Amino acid sequence: MAQVTQVGARVASKPSLKARFQESVRYAKQWRSHYVFMAPFITLFTIFTIIPVLSSIYLSFTYFNVLQPPKWIGWSNYALLFLEDDIFLIALKNTLVFAIITGPVSFFMQFALAWLINSLKYRTGYTLAFYAPSITSGLVMSNIWKILFSSDMYGYLNYFLTRIGAITQPVLWLQDVDTMMPIVILVSLWMSMGAGFLSFLAGLQNMNEELYEAGRMDGIRNRLQEVWYITLPMMKPQLLFGAVMAVVRALEVSSVAISLTGLPSPLYATHTIMTHLQDYAFIRFEMGYASAISVVLFVMMFSLSRFFMRVLSTKDEY
Amino acid sequence: MRLRFRRRKIKREPIGIYIVLGLIALVMILPLYLLVINAFKPLEELFLFPPRYYVMNPTTTNFTDLLVATNAAWIPFSRYLFNSVFITVVVVTAHVVVACMCAYPLAKSRAPGVKLIFNFVVASLMFSPLVTNIPRYLIVNSLGMIDTYWALILPGIAGSMGVFLMKQFLEQVPTSLIEAARIDGSSEWNLFWKLIMPLSRPAWATLTIFAWLSSWNDEWSPLVFTRSEAMKTLPLAIHTMFSGSNIIARAGASAAASLLQTAPTIMIFLFLQKRVISTMAHAGIK
Repeated sequence: MAQVTQVGARVASKPSLKARFQESVRYAKQWRSHYVFMAPFITLFTIFTIIPVLSSIYLSFTYFNVLQPPKWIGWSNYALLFLEDDIFLIALKNTLVFAIITGPVSFFMQFALAWLINSLKYRTGYTLAFYAPSITSGLVMSNIWKILFSSDMYGYLNYFLTRIGAITQPVLWLQDVDTMMPIVILVSLWMSMGAGFLSFLAGLQNMNEELYEAGRMDGIRNRLQEVWYITLPMMKPQLLFGAVMAVVRALEVSSVAISLTGLPSPLYATHTIMTHLQDYAFIRFEMGYASAISVVLFVMMFSLSRFFMRVLSTKDEY
Repeated sequence: MRLRFRRRKIKREPIGIYIVLGLIALVMILPLYLLVINAFKPLEELFLFPPRYYVMNPTTTNFTDLLVATNAAWIPFSRYLFNSVFITVVVVTAHVVVACMCAYPLAKSRAPGVKLIFNFVVASLMFSPLVTNIPRYLIVNSLGMIDTYWALILPGIAGSMGVFLMKQFLEQVPTSLIEAARIDGSSEWNLFWKLIMPLSRPAWATLTIFAWLSSWNDEWSPLVFTRSEAMKTLPLAIHTMFSGSNIIARAGASAAASLLQTAPTIMIFLFLQKRVISTMAHAGIK
């Protein structure tokens, strides 16, 4: 008995798993050229970054002293870290103090200075002056900083302050527990005008002039409003980049602290999470513990940056 | 409606801003200035107290000391310079190209898996490189690349900050522009080289500066991946030759070497900044 079906009618049935897979492969094949674009970086990235990171996460569950093969110990590194390690708590406090001061301040400074410089005609000199500090390698500059902040009468800062009569005895800048942290913060701020600053400058230069004119016609009266309503929203991708870099940089400070105040610093005053990590990794050779610290640090940075991404993301605003 | 402030280009230059920025700039540049003048001070002036902010008898003996005296050692100093220059140039070129190529689909493509890859890239930024060094060493060793140029070049190309930076910039390129080019029949490769790259010039010029910076100043990679003297790069050489008591004993040569380490970056920066400023007189789809 012939079945009469309507033209174009389809038998409704759930496509099989195989069919769905083939469909998605076909969809992906459309973008083949894009995958080819991404391929060189992805290969190198997987070999030299992803695999080491995964190995480090594995190592954080082991006891590894580089001379013998790693020995599995499960969660005890993390238990030790959170429950018994007092120095880690000091390091955590120092890092948070540091990050809270340096992060937002440097972010704000980067944007403010980029914006100010952008409104001038003769920019190169100023840009160089502000960017140059972050170009120098920490080791090279630490010699100069130690001369400037040297704790005897010959240190430039001590000498200068004595000359103008502000102090009578040399201040132990880098040895006194109370002054060490502010100095490390200062030097860090000095060196922080780097990636974010340049990317803000580049982004500001890329801004569309027409938007400003349109804004003016709509009634924006002064520069501050212009910044808030036009510049900042247009610069969201750069702001996100600057924020993430600022977070990473602030939570990762260690070489400045070590070269200025030594490892470990007196009373652990400038001991940050990273210096704690270096202590365990390169002085005590406990790579398992150091990996556990770096995983904790990673979780902190990751959650902060996810938060920023949610706030500053642009979803196809064009 | 009377406009209270004129268009940016014909505006009267605000002197106040120049002065304030100038003061801040002076403070920021002071340590670098000290670095530069120390390199030209003869030995008598280096340890003078109270310190002089100028050089009385500028001399180049520090530089000749550096290049000539270390010749007596088994590796001439110029070899370190060459290593650094070669590696950095290769890494920077390759990195900029590879990072831009990867960032374009990450920013604008709807291919499946793109978001996941980007999350990986950003996540990898946050893992401390100190800790990943040992697994990296093991990988490079198993690939047989220890103590070759490859070991210093390939990991340098795989930096994720570049991709992150370029992706954020490329997000700003209007999608309508790209679609217009596609409709006009351009291939993806053509689109990338002829449209995207010129449009994002400030971005990859900035990236070049960063890539140069991180590769030139890098003393960790040669420490981990090289064994022989001849493969060392400049920062590592400075670290080994001019630390400890050598800071005082060879202060002049140390200052000269530090200047050699710092100067090329500043010059690259100056060169690229002029390019960046001069080509971005206007922006936008026009």
